[in-house]
Amino acid sequence: MQFQVETRNLYKEYSGKKILSDVSLGVEIGEIFALIGPNGAGKTTLLRILDFLDEPSKGTVWFQGARVNFSERNTQALRRGIGMVFQQTLLFNTSVSNNVAYPLKVRGENEREIEQRVKEALKIVQLEGFESNNALKLSGGEAQRVALAQALITDPELLLLDEPTANLDPRNLSIVEEVLSWANRERKTTIIMATHNMFQAEALADRAALIMEGRIEKIGKIQEIFTLPSKTLTKFARLENVFSGVSRLSKEGTSVIDIDEVQIEAALQRSGNVSVYVRPEDIILSSQPLISSARNRFEGRITEISDQGSILRLRVKAGKDFTVQITKRSFNEMQLNMDSTVFLTFKASAVQII
Amino acid sequence: METSFLEVLLRAFQLIFSLSPEVLSITLLSLRVSGTAVLIGALIGVPIGMVLGLVQFRGKRNLMHFIDITLRSIVNTFMGLPPVVVGLVVYLLLTASGPLGVLGLLYTPTAMIITQLIMVVPIIIGVTMSAVGSVEKAVREKALSLGATDRQAAWMVLREARMGVLTAIIVAFGAAISEVGGILITGGNIRWVTRTLTTAIVVEVELGNFALAISLGIILLSLAFAINLTLTIIQLRGIKR
Repeated sequence: MQFQVETRNLYKEYSGKKILSDVSLGVEIGEIFALIGPNGAGKTTLLRILDFLDEPSKGTVWFQGARVNFSERNTQALRRGIGMVFQQTLLFNTSVSNNVAYPLKVRGENEREIEQRVKEALKIVQLEGFESNNALKLSGGEAQRVALAQALITDPELLLLDEPTANLDPRNLSIVEEVLSWANRERKTTIIMATHNMFQAEALADRAALIMEGRIEKIGKIQEIFTLPSKTLTKFARLENVFSGVSRLSKEGTSVIDIDEVQIEAALQRSGNVSVYVRPEDIILSSQPLISSARNRFEGRITEISDQGSILRLRVKAGKDFTVQITKRSFNEMQLNMDSTVFLTFKASAVQII
Repeated sequence: METSFLEVLLRAFQLIFSLSPEVLSITLLSLRVSGTAVLIGALIGVPIGMVLGLVQFRGKRNLMHFIDITLRSIVNTFMGLPPVVVGLVVYLLLTASGPLGVLGLLYTPTAMIITQLIMVVPIIIGVTMSAVGSVEKAVREKALSLGATDRQAAWMVLREARMGVLTAIIVAFGAAISEVGGILITGGNIRWVTRTLTTAIVVEVELGNFALAISLGIILLSLAFAINLTLTIIQLRGIKR
C-alpha cells in the first residue's frame, strides 16, 4: 500500500520544549485519518509539518513515496497538491469570491475558469450567492465554510484539517461533515483531520491515531480505537454526555438504561452494563415541556453557561449533568439564565452506545 | 485684556467667523507644510516600513536577530524624536554658515517641510512596520497553504496590512499639524511667510491675545478632526469592501 504521506520518527522541539516525539505514521491514499488528542497534544504542529509550514527537528516526512526536502522551492510545489484548513479561520479582507478564487489565481488559471470553479466550490459548501459578500462580515460558520471552499477549489490530493468543526453550531457542523465525506467519497481526497471530538472521528474516519503529549499512544482502525476502555478514551478527548449504567430490554423493543436515578431510553437491544453517549446537538432544549414523541424527557436547571461564539454550551443538571448547545438568539428569546428551569428532549435513536 | 474664559471663547468664535485673510493664510500654510511633509514621508516611510515588517521574525540566526532588534529599537527611538531637536539640527544645516547654507532655505516653508519630514518618516515607518508585522505570520502561512509563492504571499501580507498603513498616515499627520518646536526654529515664525497655526498661537499667547490664540487653537483642532474623520471613513469603507 502506498502512503499519501508518511512520517518516520518525527521530533519537533520549539525553544527547548518538546512538541512531538518519535511520531511515525502513514496515511493511505483515499482514507480519512483522524488525529485525536486533547488540546496541546501536538496535533496542530503535526499538521503544520505535513503542510511543510514547520520543519521537523529530527525525522523525515515522505510525500507519495518521496522524501520531502524542506527547501522553499520544493515545499511550495508539493503544497500545491495539499489543501489546509486552519483552526483559526483567517479570510482575506475582500469579497468571498476573491477569497475562494485566490488559490487558482496564484496558480495562474484564466478568469473564466476561475469564475466557474468558484461557483462550484461555493455550491459544495452551500454558500451559493455569497460571491460578492465581504468575507470579514460572515458568521463564524460561514467563514469556516469559505475556508473549506478555498482548500477544496484546487481539488487537492490531500486535505489537512485542524479542528474543522470546533465552535460550530449544529447546522454548520453537519454541512462541514457532509462536505468532508463527499470530498473523500467522490473525489477520493485523502483527509487528515485533527479533532478532540471522538464521535466526529468515529463518524468520519477510517483510521485514527491517539496523541498525547506529542507521542502516538495508539494507532489503528477506528473500531479498534473505540474498543479501548472508555476511561482511556476520556483521557484523549473531551467526552460529554457519556453515561454508564445497567441496561434492560423493554417491551417495546428498546432498552432502558438505569443511570443512578435517571433512566434513558435507547433504540438499542442491549442488556447489562453499558456506556452510552448523546451528542449535545441532538438534545432539544425548551423552557416549557415539549409535546413530542421523543422518548427521553428531563427537567433540570442550568448550572453553567459557556460562550462559543454564535452558540452557547450549557450544562444542565437533570439528575445527571447534560451538555446541550443552543444558539445565542434562542437563548435570549427564551429569556434563559443561570438556574433557569429547562426541559431536555431527545429521541431514543439519538442515544449511541460506546 | 480679556478676563473670563467665556469672554475669550466668545471673541474667539467672532474671530473665526470674521475669516480674516491673515488667519486664512496661516491655516493654508499649516496644511501645506504638514500635508507635504506627510505625503513625502509616506512615499519614503511606507515602503521601508513594509520591508521591515515583512522580514520580522524571519532571521533565525543570532546575528540576524541582533540586527533585527537593533534596527527596530532605532526606529522606535526616532519615532519619539523631540521636534525641537530636529529643528535645531535642521537649523544648523541650513543656516548661512552651515553645510547647506548656500541653498538659502532657512526661514522658508521648505525648511519647515524638511523639519516635519524628518519627524514623520520614523513614525510612518514604525506604525507601518508593526501593522505589517502583526498580520505577517498568519496571512503569509494562509497564502502559502493555498499555493502562493513566497512573493505572492508577501504581496498578500501587504494588502492585508493596508488599513494599518492608513493609520500610520493619520498618526503622522496628527503629529505634524500639532508640532511647533521644530518649525518655530527653522521657519522663524515670519508673518505672512512662515507663520502657521501652532507658531501663531505661541506668538499670540506671548502678546496676551488669548482670544486670537484660542480661535487659532479651535481652527487647528477642527482641521485635525476633519482630516481624521475623512481618513477614518476611508478606513471603514476599506473594511466593508
